[in-house]
Amino acid sequence: MAKDPKDLAVVEAHDEHDYETGLAVIAADKLADPGIEPHRVRMTDKSVKHEKAAARQVALMFFVSILGSAFAIWAYYAFPFDGVNANSLRINTVFLGLGITLGLFGIGVGAVHWAKTLMPDAEVSEERHLTRGTEDVRAAAVEIIRLADQESGFSRRKLIRRTLYGALALFPIPAIVLFSDLGPSPKDSLRHTMWGKGKLRLTRDPDGTPIKASDVQIGSVFHVIPEGLVDLEAPDLLNEKAKAAVLLVRLDPSEITQKQRDWGYDGIVAYSKICTHVGCPVALYEQHTHHLLCPCHQSTFDLANDCAVVFGPASRPLPQLKIEVDAEGYLVAPGDFAEPVGPSFWERKA
Amino acid sequence: MANKNKKFSRRSPVAAALVLLAGLVVSGGSYVAASAAVTNAAPKTEVDQAQVETGKKIFLANCASCHGKNAEGTDSAPTLIGVGSASVDFQVGTGRMPMQASGPQAEVKPVQFKQEDIDALAAYVSSLAPGPSTPTAEYLSRKGDATKGGELFRINCAMCHNAVGAGGALTGGKYAPSLRNTSAKHIYEAMVSGPQNMPVFSNTNLSPEQKTDIITYLQYVQENPSVGGDELGNLGPVVEGLLVWLGILGLIILFTIWLGAKSN
Repeated sequence: MAKDPKDLAVVEAHDEHDYETGLAVIAADKLADPGIEPHRVRMTDKSVKHEKAAARQVALMFFVSILGSAFAIWAYYAFPFDGVNANSLRINTVFLGLGITLGLFGIGVGAVHWAKTLMPDAEVSEERHLTRGTEDVRAAAVEIIRLADQESGFSRRKLIRRTLYGALALFPIPAIVLFSDLGPSPKDSLRHTMWGKGKLRLTRDPDGTPIKASDVQIGSVFHVIPEGLVDLEAPDLLNEKAKAAVLLVRLDPSEITQKQRDWGYDGIVAYSKICTHVGCPVALYEQHTHHLLCPCHQSTFDLANDCAVVFGPASRPLPQLKIEVDAEGYLVAPGDFAEPVGPSFWERKA
Repeated sequence: MANKNKKFSRRSPVAAALVLLAGLVVSGGSYVAASAAVTNAAPKTEVDQAQVETGKKIFLANCASCHGKNAEGTDSAPTLIGVGSASVDFQVGTGRMPMQASGPQAEVKPVQFKQEDIDALAAYVSSLAPGPSTPTAEYLSRKGDATKGGELFRINCAMCHNAVGAGGALTGGKYAPSLRNTSAKHIYEAMVSGPQNMPVFSNTNLSPEQKTDIITYLQYVQENPSVGGDELGNLGPVVEGLLVWLGILGLIILFTIWLGAKSN
């Protein structure tokens, strides 16, 4: 039966350069291979004037590169950084960078333009070999594997094989104890802040001077750290400050809730500065609306209503710090917050 | 010994009057000298009544319609009793007042009064009740510590005004304005009077020396360019991202098209 090319056809491979379609089904109305697009002759091949112009352009790009590199070297010494003036550093850096950029870019653009305009542009196609090897090659590969097994004795020697499996299985296990050393567990450090030491005065950030109740005006905001924080060393200083930072605000006592009056002093209230969403410091205080805005995700807390969340992704109000006044008139915190500060964590009950 | 000079004798009534006058001058003068030695942040202890009268006239013509005839406040505007000369000099001196349109915040616009008129207004308003006053020149010098000022600025101000004072957004249409072109006097007055929703940074919160440090820091930042090249308004990663994703990436795409295109 003569093969009808219009019917389903299966092509057989004769040698490795023929395409074998295997079990593929070739439809009768398949798209014909368009082949390579017709060759377009470049201007630089048609006209000597254009070719010379292209050569000059490439040379110009390389010349720009030379100039750029030379400029970078010269400018580094001509506009030195005097060690003090920020502007001199800015000029020095900008010129150095500009020169090096031109130096490198000139080489690249010149090379690409050379290849595009002057080098031969005939279309070339490469044959694509089959993935599957020929039968002899496949048989030779199988034979090599068989020989390797026979000579190493892997299949024969049970003792060696099984102890090898054991060694390979156990070898990665020490990584578990290695990674467990990555850091100390926080234990319950997230539940307590430095205010838990008791009877600590409220002091100004950053100098640590204590704050008198009479210093706080209606409408003002104080950034507060516990007494003694400035004497700590890193990393304790930052770790403790990250939990103990407090915002102190004075409001009219008639505008706030009873709890705020009880936990504050004469309208002065203290709240944790750490946002209950992801932990940014909430310090944008709007005096007239008495809202506290967190700049990170715009959680807004109403300071006249127990810091309830009025907008944004925070789910819990900011914890209030109970404050009172000591014998000399300074504001003091008798104890810690009533709940952990900051964002929720797994073991936190709410 | 007595009555040597017929014109003027030690026992004449004129001499007694002169001695009394000398005594008054000496005691009064030493009191004035002693009280002048006790300097405070308020520049004037005496009240220029003519200035107050001028200020009252300007107030009635321009401000009373919203703030009330006696600055007692109305539904449209708060009371000005107790705001002090600092508040008036800041609000009127930056053009925020007279407020052009009601809204969440008064905007900076062209200043409507000459400085002498602003001083008169300030004198009138501060005569109503004591309040924060305009700073003396010593607190506006650049002699503060810019490093300390920078630390104080980052703790107290940068959350609203941006780390170098380029400004930032607040809720509901309010914003913390840019401080890049604000004068030292206005910065001091804004801190001490707490305009609109800005908190009040009284002298018991930030001392006058600390305010000077902050102003010195802002002046340093205003005058020194960023070493990192064009600041793009100091607005941070959003502006830089916009420049990279639209501008520079666009250029890179155009370059890539050229790279792969055939020569004609």
